[in-house]
Amino acid sequence: MAVISYREAVARGLREALQEDSRVFLMGEDIGPYGGSFAVTKGFWEEFGEARIKDSPLSESAIVGAGVGAAMAGLRPNVEIMTINFSLLAMDQIVNHAAKIRYMSGGQFSVPLMIRTVTGGGASVGATHSQSFEGWYASVPGLYVVVPSTPRDALGLFRTCRELGDPVLYVEHILLYGTRGEVPDEPYKIPLGQAEVKRLGRDVTIISYSRSVQVSLAAAELLATEGIQPEVVDLRTLRPLDIETVVQSVKKTHHVVVVEEAPKQGGFGAEVAAQVQRQAFEYLNAPVERVAGEEVPMPYSPPLERLAIPDADRVARAVRALLAS
Amino acid sequence: MLSKGQLLEFYRQMHLIREFERECERQYTRGNIKGFLHVYSGEEAIAVGAISTLQPQDYVVTHYRDHGHALARGVNSKAVMAELFGKSTGCSKGRGGSMHMFDAEKNFMGGYAIVGGQLPVAAGLALASKYRGEDRIALCFLGDGALNEGEFHEAMNLAAIWKLPVIYFCENNLYGMGASAANNLVMYQEIYKMAAAYGIEGIQVDGNDVLAVRELMEQVTHRVRQGQGPIFVEARTYRLRGHSIADPANYRPTEEVAYWQSRDPIPSYREWLLKDGGATQAEIDQIHAAVERELVVAAEFAEKSPFPVAADLYRWVYQEDGA
Repeated sequence: MAVISYREAVARGLREALQEDSRVFLMGEDIGPYGGSFAVTKGFWEEFGEARIKDSPLSESAIVGAGVGAAMAGLRPNVEIMTINFSLLAMDQIVNHAAKIRYMSGGQFSVPLMIRTVTGGGASVGATHSQSFEGWYASVPGLYVVVPSTPRDALGLFRTCRELGDPVLYVEHILLYGTRGEVPDEPYKIPLGQAEVKRLGRDVTIISYSRSVQVSLAAAELLATEGIQPEVVDLRTLRPLDIETVVQSVKKTHHVVVVEEAPKQGGFGAEVAAQVQRQAFEYLNAPVERVAGEEVPMPYSPPLERLAIPDADRVARAVRALLAS
Repeated sequence: MLSKGQLLEFYRQMHLIREFERECERQYTRGNIKGFLHVYSGEEAIAVGAISTLQPQDYVVTHYRDHGHALARGVNSKAVMAELFGKSTGCSKGRGGSMHMFDAEKNFMGGYAIVGGQLPVAAGLALASKYRGEDRIALCFLGDGALNEGEFHEAMNLAAIWKLPVIYFCENNLYGMGASAANNLVMYQEIYKMAAAYGIEGIQVDGNDVLAVRELMEQVTHRVRQGQGPIFVEARTYRLRGHSIADPANYRPTEEVAYWQSRDPIPSYREWLLKDGGATQAEIDQIHAAVERELVVAAEFAEKSPFPVAADLYRWVYQEDGA
């Protein structure tokens, strides 16, 4: 097993797609000679040429829409939206068109479009560049929403996504690009809708996705020194949602904390909490607890920003309080 | 040079669209058609003239006032009517409705109901043609209302810089829903000239003259097919009915309506056909009778077709062997 970064994992997935499938081409802002805002596509333009690595104008709606049309025509476009904040400018194409064309056409047309984008806060880039909208998109039938937390998951999920017949929002986290992890050498894939227990435990189930998994694992290490053994479940995909793996864990631990970066009200954690209480009510010893972003626009100032995003201490405190209740 | 057969075929298609829309209005009042119903009456010369210049492999993309484009593209009138009835035999299997007609066999890539949303999609279809080096262009219809959407700007620019084989065809019927374009919506009325700002050639044509549309589009499709990049066409026309079936269109001055009624594209073309096109009254009568029969059959087919079954509610949300 090689150790690679999250950025390298995504880049490997893209490179494989370009090498193995001539229907695949990339569109996005500054993905060409510049190499991508987060350097994921560095060297691609030189390697694959400008017909397949298409630097686009700052027109999120047009590039996603062009991806929709090209996908309907049988290609497999892979569009990069620089950050999920800018995806709002393409929401018409993502939600009204990409997600609905198969259904509205009675199955005559497919939209095998992959949209890569970047979520999350913690980089001191202020209120309009630090949001986490993946939970919104997870409420749209017809879309897949994929939120890897490790290099291994990033590559394994990517390989699955690029072969799907429907649009995928593949969401990378801004603070995960430099993180490193082991990746199997063989050409493995990870199916969508399969959560993973990232840490075995017995006392509480901490459920999260994307970077919050790393936060939860750090919290678990803190708690372990106090004799508390949390189990950490990584959802890995929000749509489809694997609630079964969560429920199995809850049956063992009887306590649940859901962790996410987005503001708590209406956050994806609320959906998880609702499904857990419905499907595992009799196994719960306490109400489902949620740790989420504060109900504020993300502040720029680093000390304030740290307060607005869940960290390991906050997750650990929530677990302690839950177990003490 | 158009043959008499082609000239009569244009008439047949325009008459079919007009009568189809009349039948829709009747079926709407009977409760067989639900939801929004935007009829194309008055604009037939555009769909018929423009689509007649396409090849079968070309793509047609349009907006929510899409029955006319579907019929002109050869989508079966039974399937369009059944779609309006919400039946499983509809051209979108009852999942689309009036605003979302699709027909893969005809490369009829859909009616799009978010104003302007179809423009980027058409750019993408054209991009796919260019990527694969195919002889295949995209014809995208839009209304004048779409001119003020951001997607118009984004798509026009993208099509221009990537030199995509797409035609953006604006059906300027002078109203965006109930608002007059001249009084309320755009400062600049020579909208075909807007294309110049994108480095795209803009051309204006009389949208109520099927032969003028046809003649222009023969040149336009030829040039776009040669790879010279996108072209923008503006056709002035007029809705003879309201924005939707629920709209009595009281906001339009009587004189204006009367003027455009006098320019109704169908009677004027019929008169031309009889006088200068070599057609006989008997041939016209034959077309009328055939269209009448076709629509009786379409309505019966729609009425007798089954609704989609409950077990199929979730069908086609995702590819069945998808994940």
